[in-house]
Amino acid sequence: MESKVKVKVTDLTKCFGDLLVLDKVSFDVREGEFLCVVGPTGCGKTTFLNSLTKLYDITSGEILVNGESVDLMRHNIAYIFQENSTMPWLTVEQNVGFGLGVKRVSDPQRREMVEDVLDIVGLGKFRDYYPNQLSMSMLQRVVIARAFATRPELLLMDEPYGQLDIELRFRLEDELVKLWEKTGTTVIFITHNIEEAVYLSENILVLTNKPTTIKKRVENRLGRPRNIADPGFVALRNQVTELIKWW
Amino acid sequence: MKKDRRYLLLSLLAVSTVLAAWWLATDILKLVPSTTFPSPVKVLRTLVIKFWDPNPDGATLPQHVIASLQVSLTGYLMGVFIGVPLGICMAWFTRFDWFARPLFDMLRPIPGIAWIPLMIILFGIGVMSKAMVIFLSSFTACVVNSYSGIKQTKAVHLWVARTFGAGNLEMLFKIAIPTSLPLVLTGMRVALGSSWSALVAAELLASTQGLGFMIMQCRGLYRPDVIIAGMITIGSVGAFLTWLLSLLERRVVKGGRFS
Ligand SMILES: Nc1ncnc2c1ncn2[C@@H]1O[C@H](COP(=O)(O)OP(=O)(O)O)[C@@H](O)[C@H]1O
Ligand SMILES: [Mg+2]
Repeated sequence: MESKVKVKVTDLTKCFGDLLVLDKVSFDVREGEFLCVVGPTGCGKTTFLNSLTKLYDITSGEILVNGESVDLMRHNIAYIFQENSTMPWLTVEQNVGFGLGVKRVSDPQRREMVEDVLDIVGLGKFRDYYPNQLSMSMLQRVVIARAFATRPELLLMDEPYGQLDIELRFRLEDELVKLWEKTGTTVIFITHNIEEAVYLSENILVLTNKPTTIKKRVENRLGRPRNIADPGFVALRNQVTELIKWW
Repeated sequence: MKKDRRYLLLSLLAVSTVLAAWWLATDILKLVPSTTFPSPVKVLRTLVIKFWDPNPDGATLPQHVIASLQVSLTGYLMGVFIGVPLGICMAWFTRFDWFARPLFDMLRPIPGIAWIPLMIILFGIGVMSKAMVIFLSSFTACVVNSYSGIKQTKAVHLWVARTFGAGNLEMLFKIAIPTSLPLVLTGMRVALGSSWSALVAAELLASTQGLGFMIMQCRGLYRPDVIIAGMITIGSVGAFLTWLLSLLERRVVKGGRFS
């Protein structure tokens, strides 16, 4: 029943000068898994994703994707950053197709793939808009569409819904689950919102304060679609909340 | 819309006040002799006549305008085509910055017109010497603004490209250059202004044709009407060129000014 390991993190350590942020962190992510990572602000969640994508050099340890060292030219990774990362000089359509352009996908194929995701996130009508004409939540959808358009084997999301109001967050979370179910992508989703983690994940990785280690890995077997008022849901949420009491 | 019209009215009021005062002081009250300072009516007549009359300076107004444009556009385009890529390369390639910066910092504080005497010695009183002066005047603004434009690139945009698998050059062309475009165009606009004024200065000193030459000649010939007509032409052509560039800017700079 165990599928392949997609990401293998072994003794990952990251210091910024004297500041030890990640302290010998080890865990695996299965192929096709939806993993949520929760932890206090400043514990190194963003640092972990930046290390995985080689934007930061790691101090020691190892991160493997498909059993090999990460190569951004070869591995098909999409990273949704914490801050807005739409390109203001490109239209919605061009933004969504950006990753495909970098990956040298031919024009007709690119148009088709962009069309697909625009449909899913409901931005078809806004294809010719520029980012400065869109709301925060629409920008977030552009970024998500851009990531999904490349059909990534590994999708990294860093608190993507942190800035949005609740109602919208619910909608985008549902969209995300739908996309994930449809594509079978491996997702690492970072959040400090426990409810969000319980709503989305198959597994929840709970981190400690700095210097950061893994406090616990919680399995989440709730069926979908999930209901936040469901007793099982509430129980799991409380369990994670107990674990996470970093205050 | 209504507000716009009110501002337009105010501007028109200012212009007509000045014209009326000028006309009053010259034609009506005759405070100054018309040979020293001509009336607006006389200047307008001269401006029209100069379109076909080569007197008193040897060429018609269109000929002067064309001569001036030839020189200034040659120098300006040289400044843009060398200055913009240079600024971009200096901002993107650190080693190239170290190599080019000392030289550039040495040249930068020298105003373009300070080069005129040297250029006359080197190239004579032809198109080339003036074009070089204009090149040097516009070049600096292009380099400086393109450089700052590239430096405005946001790390997160580069990271997006990088995680999708882009290399260094691809990040330059797909992220940094698009980011820099608004400032590149600002630089081109500033350069256009300084090249047009450097042109007039250059023609005042060394020329046989051109708008600067025309007004200088007419100082000797004591024709203030032609001088003022020339000044008006210089202003109008300059404004027209700036407007052309703003059209280009609107086409190139998409999605608002984001830097
Ligand atoms: N580029 C950096 N240079 C120095 N310190 C950093 C850098 N990036 C993050 N840090 C530090 O590492 C710690 C973890 O940061 P981060 O990974 O952003 O936390 P979070 O879990 O909130 O995403 C913080 O204390 C932060 O100050
Ligand atoms: Mg963070």
